[in-house]
Amino acid sequence: MIMSANLSAIFYLVSGVLFILALRGLSSPETSRQGNFFGILGMVIAITVTFLSVGSFSTGLIYVLIFLLIGGLIGAFIAYKIPMTAMPELVAGFHSLVGLSAVFVAISAFLNPEAFNLGLPGDIKLASLIEMSIGAAVGAITFSGSIIAFLKLQGIMSGSPITFKGQHFLNALLLVSIIVLTYLLCSSQSSNFFWILVAVSFLIGFLLIIPIGGADMPVVISMLNSYSGWAAAGIGFTLENTALIITGALVGSSGAILSYIMCKGMNRSFFNVILGGFGATDQASSKGSKEQKPVKNGNAEDAAFLMKNASSVIIVPGYGMAVAQAQHALREMVDTLKKNDIKVSYAIHPVAGRMPGHMNVLLAEANVPYDEVFELEEINNDFANADVAFVIGANDVTNPAAKTDPQSPIYGMPVLDVEKCKSVLFVKRSLSPGYAGIDNDLFYKENTLMLFADAKKMTEDITKNL
Amino acid sequence: MEIDPFIFRLSIFILSIFIGYYVVWSVTPSLHTPLMSVTNAISSVIIVGAIIAGLAGSPDSIFTISNILGFLAISLAAVNIFGGFLVTQRMLQMYKKKKKDK
Repeated sequence: MIMSANLSAIFYLVSGVLFILALRGLSSPETSRQGNFFGILGMVIAITVTFLSVGSFSTGLIYVLIFLLIGGLIGAFIAYKIPMTAMPELVAGFHSLVGLSAVFVAISAFLNPEAFNLGLPGDIKLASLIEMSIGAAVGAITFSGSIIAFLKLQGIMSGSPITFKGQHFLNALLLVSIIVLTYLLCSSQSSNFFWILVAVSFLIGFLLIIPIGGADMPVVISMLNSYSGWAAAGIGFTLENTALIITGALVGSSGAILSYIMCKGMNRSFFNVILGGFGATDQASSKGSKEQKPVKNGNAEDAAFLMKNASSVIIVPGYGMAVAQAQHALREMVDTLKKNDIKVSYAIHPVAGRMPGHMNVLLAEANVPYDEVFELEEINNDFANADVAFVIGANDVTNPAAKTDPQSPIYGMPVLDVEKCKSVLFVKRSLSPGYAGIDNDLFYKENTLMLFADAKKMTEDITKNL
Repeated sequence: MEIDPFIFRLSIFILSIFIGYYVVWSVTPSLHTPLMSVTNAISSVIIVGAIIAGLAGSPDSIFTISNILGFLAISLAAVNIFGGFLVTQRMLQMYKKKKKDK
């Protein structure tokens, strides 16, 4: 042992503090890069201290370094190659890795408790056993849940909710069985119960996410983010490691807050989202009659004409922009508008896209300055004074029914007051309703012009006509 | 009676939840995606446990299941650490202010 336990504990505390500073840095874009540096520094300290405190460099060291290098190279490669539109999938994938490594560490500690000072195999300290079970269970749930979220976001698995009879009962039963298994494990120290516990947890993660629809992914990703934190904290208690406990608590509460913000953005309770199956079929029947209503169909020239004569334009991007990768074309259009002395700003709804802040990242990628991008509360009053609202790939977040129709499933959800603009341009591929399966009255309004096309192509065409 | 060290760890845990609560509320909404990727990266500090697991044991038996799981966990966490911090860096570099020269 090169480093005493007390000294290394102090260094772990230092890296915990650096992680707090890393999150603190994100309070503004200016300090954020420094924050990320603090995070990296904290990680380097934690890893170095671990090597020094284990000290006995057996032949295992070389393998530890090789595996570290392999993982690091893969991670770096992914980080450089990943397109910004794929961020939700990437984050979901990364969560699954945290979950799985928590499971591995928990199993490893269970099989070889001496290495972690937790007692002997078959005679592990009671508290450690409970902490280990929590770490393994939450880790396993995070892993399988994130895999499902990843598959849904990637489009490998259908984004529509998968529900079956007795689903909630089964989930509740499995959750109870986790507690029973932990109890049995503690009283008997039998490894069989530990394996069953891990297996049941994998199953829960899987069952928990399949009933949740694609557009509820912002909540799911935030929730899994939170779980990965609690898993890390559970392992932190087992290893008696301050850095892990602090980090786990930070990440856990961060994910929880994000889930809360996302739920609030949809005016739905957390349980409502988790129980899943939103807007699956009920609305389809009432839709038929509304399809008859006339819409004003426009082309790129009309849109260009409207915008050229406007003095201020507000852009409302949504998931459709991400799908069409239209952010660069959009910024070029805005540049042309600005050259004509037209004031342009962007309005972002909290749940636009598939993860928190998804639209902001895409606009930043397209070199849109962040001080032209506004949150819902900041910009909602400006719609009344704007000439044109350009809605690109968004739908439900503009639906006035959320304010006027108490029967609507999205009633009460905060929406952007797009209809207050003098005219509204809707870039959409078809009249089909959004994920909530509800019709948007805005399509049929007098001052709305529908532009049916791929978002990217339409934006490029408008630019040509400006 | 002596206080169990567990209580101290629990105190750290609870206080950190509160710190996390206040720090995260001060994060600007436009940086929520980088927030997720950076929390993802820092939660991979779980690699600490993986390294301990990987280095455990005597020199002649470094391929017990416990060790191998440690090695695998090191790789998984390393993907996350490097991937998470680098992708956050890449994202944060894109956030720019309006140029003043216009």
